[in-house]
Amino acid sequence: MSFAPGDTVRVSSRAHEGHHRAPGYLKGKIGTVERVHDRFLNPETRAYGKDGEPAKRLYLVGFELGDLWPTYRGDADDRLVADVFEHWLEPAS
Amino acid sequence: MSGYHHDHPHEPVTASDEPAVAARVRALEELLLEKGVVDRDELRQRIDWLVSRTPADGARLVARAWLDEDFKVRLLADARQAALELDVDPGPSPVVVALENTDDVHHMVVCTLCSCYPKALLGPPPDWYKSLPYRSRAVSDPRCVLREFGLTLEDDVELRVVDSTADIRYLVVPRRPAGTDDLDEEALAALVTRDAMIGVSQPLAPA
Repeated sequence: MSFAPGDTVRVSSRAHEGHHRAPGYLKGKIGTVERVHDRFLNPETRAYGKDGEPAKRLYLVGFELGDLWPTYRGDADDRLVADVFEHWLEPAS
Repeated sequence: MSGYHHDHPHEPVTASDEPAVAARVRALEELLLEKGVVDRDELRQRIDWLVSRTPADGARLVARAWLDEDFKVRLLADARQAALELDVDPGPSPVVVALENTDDVHHMVVCTLCSCYPKALLGPPPDWYKSLPYRSRAVSDPRCVLREFGLTLEDDVELRVVDSTADIRYLVVPRRPAGTDDLDEEALAALVTRDAMIGVSQPLAPA
């Protein structure tokens, strides 16, 4: 699954045993693809001595902080952006 | 653990009041050496490289960007290439992304998962950057965290918290302070603090 800037995506809420780079506070949350980065070796397999192939596409995904935290007390336009690998993203339009 | 031999004695090289985390790091280091994952020279070279880095290199990039609009465009497009242009070592991370703070947008950087940081351009991260309170509160109550650093953002400034979760390293290009029109690159660079390039404060005001 590949995405383009502006696409609405959901961070998968599936559980994962062991090392991964999808932060728990983003799981299940809906955001917007802001940048398409390069592909990088997969840290989930590299962490266990593998070569990390195949490389995975990395995306910069933006979220509204008010969507992440129900009690968020900052400004309504405040955003959080995070790098999320392709296999943690699902289409959500 | 087949093939793992531990048949030689170890004399502790530090005092018995060694902090737990230091003991854990030393144990890990010994294991990595014994298992041949790293060798001692490589480890020493990496540590020497890391402690040799300072925020001065990042500050040079920012000062040049303030003075040279074309350079700023190149820095924002590809910070690694822009660093090489100034003979600055961009480090081992494949991609460094520079994010510009403006009158309308303010970026601050955190790594909630560990302590990802543009070490080549800023040196070793400060302890607070690696602390659990910063890592958790920067993403949940960032304006309050900024106030604790002495930075109160106007309500109409869009705050963008950047969680650096993977291979990209983020460098904030802060806003150029007022009253600096007459300063040269070196004088400008002296105003660019480490914290300003993390996005938790503004650069220093000119003397």
